[in-house]
Amino acid sequence: MTALPAVLAPTAEAFPGVEFGTVLGDTVARVQSEDVVGFLLSVRDAGFEMFVDLCAVDYLTRDPRFEVVINLVSVSYSLRLRVLVGVSGTEPAMPTITAAYPGADFYEREAFDLFGIGFPGHPDLTRILLPDEWEGHPLRKDAGVGSIPVQFKGANKAL
Amino acid sequence: MSDRPDIATGDLDAAVEETSPTESASTDRRTVHDLWLSGTEAPRELGPFTDEGAQEMLAEESDAILAGQRGTIIEDDYGPPADSGDDELQIINMGPQHPATHGVLRLHIELDGETIRRVKPIIGYLHTGMEKTAEALTFMQGSTNVTRMDYLSPFHNELGFSLAAEKLLEVEVPPRAAAIRVLMSELNRIASHLLWSATTGFDIGALSMMIYGWREREPLLEFFEKTTGLRMNHNYIRPGGVAADLPPDWQEDVAGIITTVEAGLADFETLLLGNPIFIERTKGIGVLTREECLAYGVTGPLARASGIDYDVRKVFPYSGFEQYDFEVPVTSNGDVYDRFLVRFEEMRQSIRIVQQVVETIPGGDYRTEDRKVTPPPRARIDESMEALIHHFKIFTEGFKVPPGETYQAVESSRGELGMYLVSDGGSKPWRLHVRGPSFANVQALPMMLTDSLIADTIAALASADPVMGDVDR
Repeated sequence: MTALPAVLAPTAEAFPGVEFGTVLGDTVARVQSEDVVGFLLSVRDAGFEMFVDLCAVDYLTRDPRFEVVINLVSVSYSLRLRVLVGVSGTEPAMPTITAAYPGADFYEREAFDLFGIGFPGHPDLTRILLPDEWEGHPLRKDAGVGSIPVQFKGANKAL
Repeated sequence: MSDRPDIATGDLDAAVEETSPTESASTDRRTVHDLWLSGTEAPRELGPFTDEGAQEMLAEESDAILAGQRGTIIEDDYGPPADSGDDELQIINMGPQHPATHGVLRLHIELDGETIRRVKPIIGYLHTGMEKTAEALTFMQGSTNVTRMDYLSPFHNELGFSLAAEKLLEVEVPPRAAAIRVLMSELNRIASHLLWSATTGFDIGALSMMIYGWREREPLLEFFEKTTGLRMNHNYIRPGGVAADLPPDWQEDVAGIITTVEAGLADFETLLLGNPIFIERTKGIGVLTREECLAYGVTGPLARASGIDYDVRKVFPYSGFEQYDFEVPVTSNGDVYDRFLVRFEEMRQSIRIVQQVVETIPGGDYRTEDRKVTPPPRARIDESMEALIHHFKIFTEGFKVPPGETYQAVESSRGELGMYLVSDGGSKPWRLHVRGPSFANVQALPMMLTDSLIADTIAALASADPVMGDVDR
């Protein structure tokens, strides 16, 4: 493990439960979901002022099943930080981070839409890419891609 | 015809007698011909049967009617009623079929008179589940999928995906491949900015800009076609290198492109930047502050026009961008005019990079020699059974990528394009998330538009350059 960037040292002290590491050259922090808002406020004030990305990954067989991935950039120090938050598969939810980064608004809606992860406290948690009446969350690994009937002779037997 | 009086034979008296006033009043509908025939005997009040061309029929034109026709009396019944309160908001849906939204973006606008009070961008009309599709395609097929996301900068999408896959594979591409990637992605940036100048100029009334922008972009697309076989959705940059070497006389093509674009840029600046109408429509319009850009993840030319010196090529260099000498234009006003300045200057800087690539491009292979990701050369397949099997396996099963996850960002024409790629050790990605720059930029539209005039919506929206394929994926 390479040395932690100096700007993160006070945050690492304040949050002893957070595991820092390096994955393929990227600085990664693994945070418990109850700590995430406080942690992000702390790193934001430490210099990671730009919100870049939030997405979810469904690991299906792992525990916790989902992982929410937050990417941040420090423009002033030219650093990147990736924050990983594990989210349980039963009633998946993590607190919204829009208080720290308002830009997470659309990204949290996307994760809610495609993975069904709730973000309590979000100002407007509705579907964003799919129609409102859509059922299910297609990017979950147990959501099939589906198939459509075709008009060839014998083609629909497998369906 | 036979029952009508014959005008040609001078039988007018008979005609007048036939259409006497008493008779005409009882007729529901008469032709103009009949009325003309009636001459001075026509009734003063023509009544309901003269609903066409009534003005000409009036024997005496009143002053009021004349004034109305000349426009000296204006009756304005379109204004709000005098007793209307301030809280009456009008809701307008702009899009998803509005031509100036450049795709299927829908803006839900609440208007107070002509002032925008609230805006809500509604997206998803172009969502085709490409992130789900990526999980069903091998790493080798992946770039065919991502190239269709931001369809105006396909090379950047391919580059981001390929770099992420190579990071997981721990494969180094040869220097020539890296230089070709830089060349193509910078030419792509020029093409994308030219198209943006064309459509944005058109949206704010500079009609010639539309034609000129498309015209200067054409040689670029021709060069892409010559190199990759396609004008868009190239699938040229692939994990391990690029699909083919540059065409034999590529230096002359690139030199021709540079001459065309430089001449075009000089024209555009003369045409637009000093034009008082253009300045009126762009200065102080659609302003984003530095803080708003940071908070909402706005990147690319929008952020640089707001004073954020952030360019992925400089801050986190990839594909050998650190070898090239170029500058990142930054302005501080954050309005539509500054976005024009930034993008024009970015095209100049891209030309500088392209010139350096032409001068310094090394020889050698255009894709890695790592047999794990590169199929054997065609000639080997004819003489070696193993090579044939290897070729077959690579194109059916794909190559396996070690487990892991990585985030790779590239500077696309619109901002930071990030690829979060997760592999479980198989030949298909476990998860591919694309951080499209337009997604974040569309999210910042309410910041740009709130409390501005409805007439400025088009200019502000166009300056954000959203590509809906990139937003909805």
